[in-house]
Amino acid sequence: MTAGPVTPLPPAILERGRPATSAELSWRADWIRLNTVRLIEQAGLGHYASTFSCAEIIATLYYHTLRLRPEDPGWPERDRFLLGKGHVATGLWPVLADLGYFPADWLSQFGSIGSPLNDHPNMRLAPGIDFSSGSLGHNLSVGVGMALAGRLSGRDYRVFVLTGDGELQEGQVWEAAMAGSHYRLGGLVAIVDANGFSGSGPTSAAMNIEPLAERFAAFGWLTREIDGNDPQALLDTFDSLPDPGSDQPVCVIARTAKGRGATLFEQAPQSWHLGLLSPVQQAEVVAEITARMS
Amino acid sequence: MTDLAHDAHAPEQAPRGAPGGRPPEQQPQMVDVFTDTEIETAAAANPAGYAIAALADSDPRVLTLSADLSSPLAEFRDRHPDRYIELGIAETNSVSVAAGLAASGLVPYIFSMSPFGVLKCAEQLRTDVAYNHLPVRLVGRLSGLAMGFFGTSHHAVEDIAVARSITNMTVVAPADASAVIGMMGSTADLDGPVYLRIPERAPTVYKTPPVIGYGEWPRLRAGTDVTLIGYGMGVGLAVRAAAALAAHGIEAEVYDAAYLKPFDEAALVQTAARTGRVVTVEEHNEIGGLASIVAEVAGRCGLNVALRAVALPDADLEVGVPADLYEYYGLTVPGVVTAALELVGPAGN
Repeated sequence: MTAGPVTPLPPAILERGRPATSAELSWRADWIRLNTVRLIEQAGLGHYASTFSCAEIIATLYYHTLRLRPEDPGWPERDRFLLGKGHVATGLWPVLADLGYFPADWLSQFGSIGSPLNDHPNMRLAPGIDFSSGSLGHNLSVGVGMALAGRLSGRDYRVFVLTGDGELQEGQVWEAAMAGSHYRLGGLVAIVDANGFSGSGPTSAAMNIEPLAERFAAFGWLTREIDGNDPQALLDTFDSLPDPGSDQPVCVIARTAKGRGATLFEQAPQSWHLGLLSPVQQAEVVAEITARMS
Repeated sequence: MTDLAHDAHAPEQAPRGAPGGRPPEQQPQMVDVFTDTEIETAAAANPAGYAIAALADSDPRVLTLSADLSSPLAEFRDRHPDRYIELGIAETNSVSVAAGLAASGLVPYIFSMSPFGVLKCAEQLRTDVAYNHLPVRLVGRLSGLAMGFFGTSHHAVEDIAVARSITNMTVVAPADASAVIGMMGSTADLDGPVYLRIPERAPTVYKTPPVIGYGEWPRLRAGTDVTLIGYGMGVGLAVRAAAALAAHGIEAEVYDAAYLKPFDEAALVQTAARTGRVVTVEEHNEIGGLASIVAEVAGRCGLNVALRAVALPDADLEVGVPADLYEYYGLTVPGVVTAALELVGPAGN
């Protein structure tokens, strides 16, 4: 028998709503935390506590909710994910490598000159990054543009934008919030990682942002307020999102703990916004996480 | 060596105060892009609005965004209502929304007032648009002193300095209405971002839309004694000043610096070598615009060239109708002539 011409398989689509249990997503969130610790150790500096707070959110989106095609990162029908709080890209890089957006050995370059994986994500360098970020307050506007483009092109993709709660102090966020409801962008989903802390201390001590749900509702958004470190709450919320063609954008206020998953960080979250664990501290944090994972 | 034409040419008794004391026929013309919809659909007064409607006819990727500047888009809205997005008085949001649209395969043109579109949004232009190499076009209406009467908040005299220092940004400043139409067409297919600085009622230079290659400075007149280079309204001043200089027996070479980034370094080096004297003419702060470009090249290339800048001073500017301000700061044909004569010398050598 002669082998015929090889027809390459079409790139696999990861559909929305892939099976995932709450326990599996908890494990995946800890896996993200563990990899974050390793990447930061490699780079010499990083944002531990901000990444830890949103680990369950990233895990649920990428292993259950988003419609993706990792072998074709520019696939027009994909759901978009914008990392407004770009300083937590260390939590995203292992996920994108695991899903096949780029070879896992790219992670070993993190922190080096020439690495496509930066501390904040660059869409021109890293496959799977739908938009660059780093300057807080921009990405909800970018998400409005992408959602408008989806409507213009007749596509039903969703655009998820993960913001920090401190990021909401930026005025441009509220310009975008106005535009999102004005244009009735039902495919736009803002997720606020409301961990309660920004770089220098409690968020609302610096500038009060509460009551968040009421504020977004007043701007015309459908709001959901949940425990953002509970995968089941995230599953339930994302599974019950209105159709992308509906006429109201959605804001998920995910109440989280900054530094969640490592006692050291949870006890002093502002101290671990940016830093580097000593070897002894790192061993302690890694042991705590791996004990949960086993 | 540089000097400032306005120092030499500001009248001793500066025109001050409201223009209301003049008879109506002497009232300087103001640009009204908010209520004068009849003018805003005419190609001569609203070339950018005219050009964008035509571009959208042939390119389905073209969209327009307005930050409360919808009047120049009246024609576009009539012909392509589904591709017009109003974002209100929110320039920063407009730029980032445009970046999101461009990242989705579209080509958005943002119509904004230059002082707000460029200066307020410098960071969005840099971080969201230019660093990501996205084909967003910022169409800056009412640049320079076009809104000089409204107050210094409405002056846009730093926009070129800001825009040209942003990596990947193409910066274009057409000379007149025809050049706006020509250059909106010739930059339409560029892969990266473009800032188009639209002149308001600038003196006519081109009878028909010129074809200007990417980064080129068209030479509008040949000469050997002095080079006059302008952009925007400065080109019309330079062309007319060259004619006046000819009466003094001085042959001026004239260039249209239609591109501020990239710019035509070869043309600049060649003309500097030919004439040894360069006068720049621009409705912009003396810092960071064309005067700086020429001085940077002269220094870097070791050119033996004498320079004069007809530009706005780096100082608190006066407020008034544009025609009065141009007169006050010497952004006039006589202002350019005097600057050239200073360089050439009374004996013409």
